[in-house]
Amino acid sequence: MNEITITIDGRTVQTQEGEYILNAARANGIFIPAICYLTRCSPTLACRICLVEADGKQVYACNAKAKQGMEITTTTPNIESERRAIMEVYDVNHPLECGVCDQSGECELQNYTLEMGVDQQTYAIKDTHKPAQDWGLIHYDPALCIMCERCITVCKDMIGDAALSTVARGSDPIEAAFKESMPKDAYAMWNKLNKSLISPNAGDTLDCTNCGECTSVCPVGALVSSDYQYTSNAWEHKQIPATCAHCSAGCQLSYDIKHTSVENPESKIYRVKNEWNYVSLCGAGRYGYDFENKNVTKDAVAFDAAIAAFKQADTIAFTSTITNEEALILQRLKEKFGYRLINEEARAFKSFLNAYSAVSGTSLYGGDLGEVHASDFVVSIGSALKTDNPNARFAMNNALSMNKGAGLYFHPINDPVIAGMSKSVTQFNHAPMMEEAALYLILDLFADKAAMPSSVSEYLAGFHSTKTVTVEETVDEKVTETVVKKVLNEETGVEEEVSEEVTKTVKKKVSKEVEVDENALFALLNAPAGFSDTLTKYLAKKERFSLMVGPDLYTHPNASNCARLVALIEKYTQFSVTMIPNLSNTLGVAMICDLDSERGSYTIGYNTAGNFTLSALGGGDLDMPALNQQEGTLTNIDKRVNPTNAALSFSGYVLNDIANALGLSSKYTVDYTAQLPKQAGFKATCFDALPNHYTNSGEEVRGYRLDIQTVTVDTDENVTPFDADKAINENVVYLANPVLQFSPFTAASHQLQENGGLYVSKTFMESNSWNEGDRVNVKTARGELSLNVIADGKIEGDIAYLPTFDTAINSEALFDGYRFACVSIQKV
Amino acid sequence: MHHEEVFTDRNVSEHSAYYYVDIENYPVTGWDKFKQVVKRAAKGELFVGLWVVMREMIKFDIHTVQYPKEKLPIGPRYRAVHKLLRLWESGYERCIGCGLCEKICISDCIRMDTRIDENSRKEVTEYSINLGRCIFCGYCAEVCPELAIVHGGRYENGSEQRAHFVIKDDMLTPLDLLTAGEQSEYPGFGAIIPGSDASVKKTPLAY
Ligand code: SF4
Ligand code: SF4
Ligand code: SF4
Ligand code: SF4
Ligand code: SF4
Ligand code: FES
Repeated sequence: MNEITITIDGRTVQTQEGEYILNAARANGIFIPAICYLTRCSPTLACRICLVEADGKQVYACNAKAKQGMEITTTTPNIESERRAIMEVYDVNHPLECGVCDQSGECELQNYTLEMGVDQQTYAIKDTHKPAQDWGLIHYDPALCIMCERCITVCKDMIGDAALSTVARGSDPIEAAFKESMPKDAYAMWNKLNKSLISPNAGDTLDCTNCGECTSVCPVGALVSSDYQYTSNAWEHKQIPATCAHCSAGCQLSYDIKHTSVENPESKIYRVKNEWNYVSLCGAGRYGYDFENKNVTKDAVAFDAAIAAFKQADTIAFTSTITNEEALILQRLKEKFGYRLINEEARAFKSFLNAYSAVSGTSLYGGDLGEVHASDFVVSIGSALKTDNPNARFAMNNALSMNKGAGLYFHPINDPVIAGMSKSVTQFNHAPMMEEAALYLILDLFADKAAMPSSVSEYLAGFHSTKTVTVEETVDEKVTETVVKKVLNEETGVEEEVSEEVTKTVKKKVSKEVEVDENALFALLNAPAGFSDTLTKYLAKKERFSLMVGPDLYTHPNASNCARLVALIEKYTQFSVTMIPNLSNTLGVAMICDLDSERGSYTIGYNTAGNFTLSALGGGDLDMPALNQQEGTLTNIDKRVNPTNAALSFSGYVLNDIANALGLSSKYTVDYTAQLPKQAGFKATCFDALPNHYTNSGEEVRGYRLDIQTVTVDTDENVTPFDADKAINENVVYLANPVLQFSPFTAASHQLQENGGLYVSKTFMESNSWNEGDRVNVKTARGELSLNVIADGKIEGDIAYLPTFDTAINSEALFDGYRFACVSIQKV
Repeated sequence: MHHEEVFTDRNVSEHSAYYYVDIENYPVTGWDKFKQVVKRAAKGELFVGLWVVMREMIKFDIHTVQYPKEKLPIGPRYRAVHKLLRLWESGYERCIGCGLCEKICISDCIRMDTRIDENSRKEVTEYSINLGRCIFCGYCAEVCPELAIVHGGRYENGSEQRAHFVIKDDMLTPLDLLTAGEQSEYPGFGAIIPGSDASVKKTPLAY
């Protein structure tokens, strides 16, 4: 892309060739009215209010691309009359509900109506009856809907559920006279608006992954959160900028707080908002906000007991739902008192990173989700993408839909949501333990074989064979026929029969023997039939390649071999590599803490079981603040150190109090922010200096990025072959969470409260003739659990999974590290 | 010596009973003050006062108001403790919970709880005004789009504490009083301006 110069209203503006005029204007602080356009999604031309004049021609700023030297005028008398008419049309029959509407002053319809100076109505049409609809977490009021289609667009181009579409409104046609009298674009807009309404594809109610992003982008009060409805006015809230605490995407969001009620002046979080043009939240972030540790006071007795416990303990076990600062406190305590730090999931990730670094020579992977968004060929290996890191799924979907991209998804569990993202995505539902084969396949298909270590190239060559196959081909064949024609003999005047030879071309099917290359890896990975042809189609005109690898690899019995293969891919293919850290701050913990593998005799558990437990979930021996009650930083998948702020107060003791009582000295937890380890890539920036916002051009100005360090590499790049016999072919159980859940913290929020169980696909449930709620015994080599069966409509196939979000179910005990295990399930 | 003040352009009649009271100059020097004390003490002015009280008492024709038994009528536009009105016909609460009163209040003393009710309407479950902070400016009544919150005539709001509240129950017209026709429209801030109808532009209806 080339830098070009254009002029908007006489101002010279630099932008990229091919950038939409609207985005170029916004990036430079020039206002062009626009309703239906969503940054990062495709223009729909529903509103037509973004009309501008470019080189004397009227165009839509949201879909006209900037060209070198373009002269743009944002208003002309004609455009002004169009815009005014468009706003009048939007106001036709719009209910006078602003007084109670949840958009309360954040309404784009109100704003533009005032902006265009609409003070009277010229148009009219008979209204239709449009009752409000309850879609579960979401409420739709079609009477308020202006049919900008932003909800449909975001759901398709960004989220990937494509759960919404338009249905007929059933209204009268617009009076013919208006066609002549109205401005042209306003009429066209009205004509379209008058035909349709929004409806879930699934019929009466919404069947999707419930991200709630449609409610976020809705410019009016048509789509709102059912729980929030009529509880507050937008202006009453104080917005606390924060970082989502639930997964490693670390999305920026704001907690909207106000007093609980007339009676109770304590702050309460009413909802979560996001900068929807630049960041999309999943439902856990949007609805799982009230996971705070409630009603905690300073319990001096418990605190003294905690200090005594720390003096007695030799081990601290913790999870990765803590801030970088807390992780540093734990590391300092370890340095001072020699505690063993136990966090299995972060330790697995850390060893994976180290094994990767030994080949790649860099401390961290090179890619990030921004790179995935920009790619046109995306591969995911070893992650249940939609639940491990919803934003990674959004990034993949966005790349597929916006960049005419294609993708490969390697995972044992068939995911209908992934399949629904695009026609150009292929799922490899390979057997567990075949992840290495998937990595080898990427090397085989994309690596520069000449540059790669010859042992690997030779190993890969071993999977290829030439096979003679019979293919049917259609060929053109010339056939000569004798036809008898009647010709009039001119001399005699009599018709005579004459034989004549004619040559015709006919299509004929012939069988032909051809030699084709057969890739044994395809079959080993259960590739769909005809995949090699599909792949050729996928790869046409592809330029940017991204690979995402996930937690299945970190806990894989051959994790370090997987890591080395990932490093080889990064080195010898065009793929940029992004690793999905398991939990919110797994990457931060891995970079800050030296983790141990063996517990000692007395364990302090922080948000996990121990002889003495510190818990932000309540119910422990000493209460700790949850992540919405703390300030600090979290390190996300993009290797970004993001600040988060306390939305709610916490009156108990924090980890820093314990550390101070034990001899460390720091007034506030965030005093540790500037001390985060430099050698791991952190910067000596203090907490208050960390920014947390997006600019108008979409640039993410949040915290800072970890510096990638150079690491000494191993002398060889050897990788070991995989063993196809290790594949677990049937009776498999997986360790994962259902959509909307990540940890006990998501389940603690009032909208997402649920009990876990054994999750199975609907078909699996039917084939076993189980019913929702049936009790089953789930038994693996390591243990047994008795659970309820729960149907998950968002998976297919025969693999069941066990959740980690429900503290009543100790699923981890059934697994030997690796996320898959052999299982026997008996109905009781 | 009485002299009439010349009022210019004020809504007070010509025959107004306003006049300036002649007051002797206050004594300044110590000697003058001493003389005043002696003069007053010797004159028996105290008994004059006592006599007046005695005389009025036995006449049984007192002109003071017997507060709190008796209260002076108060102007309809007086801005005392708020009332929440009901719709005349249906008896529904007028307040729709739009929150404008809460927003405009310069003392930040209004709070309300709202929710979605069974009929999908916004319901105001509680409404409170901290009278200790309220400056009775009338903005809330003026901004209210529903003529729901108005000022009433209840001016007694002495309390033991700086912060004291009226809640929805205190302010809302009880249904029996509504039926008895005891609810009255408020003519003060926020009331409909005479001739409002004429200034409203009507939306064209094609059917
Ligand atoms: S959507 Fe906007 S214009 Fe419509 S009622 Fe709500 S606030 Fe008013
Ligand atoms: S529901 Fe909202 S976002 Fe969707 S079309 Fe209507 S106004 Fe637009
Ligand atoms: S859970 Fe993850 S993807 Fe969802 S909002 Fe939070 S950080 Fe973003
Ligand atoms: S009178 Fe003024 S200060 Fe009192 S409640 Fe109304 S707006 Fe607030
Ligand atoms: S302004 Fe009127 S209608 Fe709105 S909340 Fe206040 S009292 Fe209710
Ligand atoms: S923003 Fe361009 S047509 Fe709506």
